[in-house]
Amino acid sequence: MPAAQSSDLTAPSRGLQRHRSLWMDVWLAFRNHTGALVGAGVFIAISLAVALGPLIHTVDPHYLDILAKNEGPSLKHPMGTDNLGRDTLAQVLAGGRISLAVGFTAMMIALVLGTLVGVLAGYFRQIDGLLMRLTDMFLALPLLPLLLVVIMLFRDSLRAAFGPETGIFLLVVFIIGITSWMQTARIVRGDVLALREREFVTAARSIGTRRRRIITRHILPNVLSPIMVSATLGIANAIITESALSFLGLGFPPDFPTWGRLLFDGANFISVTPERVLWPGLAISLTVLSVNYIGDGLRDALDPRLRGA
Amino acid sequence: MSRAAGRSPVLSVRELCTRFRIQGGGLVHAVNGISFDLHAGELLGVVGESGSGKSVTMLSLLKLLPMPPAEIASGQALLDGEDLLALNPARLRHVRGAKVGFIFQDPMASLNPVLSVGYQLTEPLRLHLGLGRRAARRRAAALLEGVGIPAAESRLGDFPHQFSGGMRQRVMIAMALACDPKVLIADEPTTALDATIQAQILDLLQRLRRERGMAIVWITHDLGVVAGLADRVMVMYGGQAVERADVRSLYARPQHPYTRSLLRALPKLEGGSSGERLASIPGQPPTLVQAPDACSFAPRCAHAFARCRAENPALAPVTEGHEVACWYDADAGVPRAA
Repeated sequence: MPAAQSSDLTAPSRGLQRHRSLWMDVWLAFRNHTGALVGAGVFIAISLAVALGPLIHTVDPHYLDILAKNEGPSLKHPMGTDNLGRDTLAQVLAGGRISLAVGFTAMMIALVLGTLVGVLAGYFRQIDGLLMRLTDMFLALPLLPLLLVVIMLFRDSLRAAFGPETGIFLLVVFIIGITSWMQTARIVRGDVLALREREFVTAARSIGTRRRRIITRHILPNVLSPIMVSATLGIANAIITESALSFLGLGFPPDFPTWGRLLFDGANFISVTPERVLWPGLAISLTVLSVNYIGDGLRDALDPRLRGA
Repeated sequence: MSRAAGRSPVLSVRELCTRFRIQGGGLVHAVNGISFDLHAGELLGVVGESGSGKSVTMLSLLKLLPMPPAEIASGQALLDGEDLLALNPARLRHVRGAKVGFIFQDPMASLNPVLSVGYQLTEPLRLHLGLGRRAARRRAAALLEGVGIPAAESRLGDFPHQFSGGMRQRVMIAMALACDPKVLIADEPTTALDATIQAQILDLLQRLRRERGMAIVWITHDLGVVAGLADRVMVMYGGQAVERADVRSLYARPQHPYTRSLLRALPKLEGGSSGERLASIPGQPPTLVQAPDACSFAPRCAHAFARCRAENPALAPVTEGHEVACWYDADAGVPRAA
């Protein structure tokens, strides 16, 4: 780890460590961020468990074993069973696939939309008013009635086109994505507004840099940290919104486990089997927390000023 | 010092007017009819207090001002026979950096903190000279070497915060010079630096000027720097040029009351009792919300008389290569003949 630790300021020894690339620098800084490293570890563990777990714990999450209902943890059912005798571990593992996929995809959609709108609004004054009023409009929209209408309108046609699972997945992800980009857009716009007046932007223009390049190379990297933060918060929000949708019966079908649905189903039995709430709740919290730490570490690692000399 | 005679100028600015549209429909007349010529290898010093329109004039030439609120109301800026103010954005981009280089005041603010110095230096090279990544990097290293940064090659991957203020200004200079521009506009390049570093930067630019034969416009409030560097000086006040002269002539026989006040306001190294207060110019610079219809210095001028408040004087020659815009003949101590 000598390269990471060296804080040399003398010119001669510089030549020796020059060959490491920018991404190597980022990785070295990321590695020094304990929280981010632990977060990454936890997140990878969760992802692996969700991806490979069902191959090891081969109980069918849909199998009803009514005689073994509301059981506590045992060797056969490590997380116990629900009121219909379904294995909770199998359900958490199966639900995680959906929840993580929904969280990530929806976050990406929201992030791309929000960044696009924010940058355009912040950089081009002519369309700033229009885009920000659009953002305000989306913020002011009553979310649930909107979701209801959209899902009613498109559910059947999407199901017909892509099959019940993919169809509803696309719908849910799309809905969450287009209703959660506004905060990102506002934050990014504010930052871009300040950045475009900075002298280095004028300096870049003075050497003849194109507008597109100024935006992508000079302004975007400078708004990376707020984008990162909204991204990590976005995943959490998406997972929780999906739960709310499932709860209202608008998301995935009722027999289709997701973390959010498990949580809400479990809430009815909290006095009988409190661990049914605990497991999916823990999975959501751990995911959100680890993603937050990763985002924190990434932000620090990507900022050359914080990366250190 | 009469190099101006005979040769045609590299950059020729005529009657440039720049205005800012402010909220509520008002206008700020920041630059009012500035004209100047710049010849190859010449260093033109532009002096004046804050808000006199020095920077706005130069930024207008390359349309680097935010437009709106800024607008160039009229004028012409011929560079190689091409009017910069009439160019379309694409053509203008080819002038920026390639033919005209810009150095800004604050080296801390004018380098992008998240991009490596190497990237920022190679940007103009790849843009204007079409160099590949490697060639551009080699050239960038040579440029850094040229502005006196040791171990240049190994510092290309470093970020701006890893350089000191003087080093950063050197990087800015290297960036501005990357494509061998004919004209270099330096907007108070040493104001943010301390005196020793300032001297080094001055030496560096003088050397580069000799080596490359560039024309330089040097904006500053430091009359000392101008005296040491410039061939000709333009004194600006209220968005207008009030005096224009060869540097020797200006310091030997300043004509405009404003120039005289500026020179009087300089601290003296010797002579004068130590407890003496520095001379200052009473009053405030003009707000420029109205187009000038009288001499804008009149309210602060000790010699102002009726005509100064009624009519705006234009630059008129007093001696060879020395022009002043004033109704008062400072040498004779009487109003000029109408």
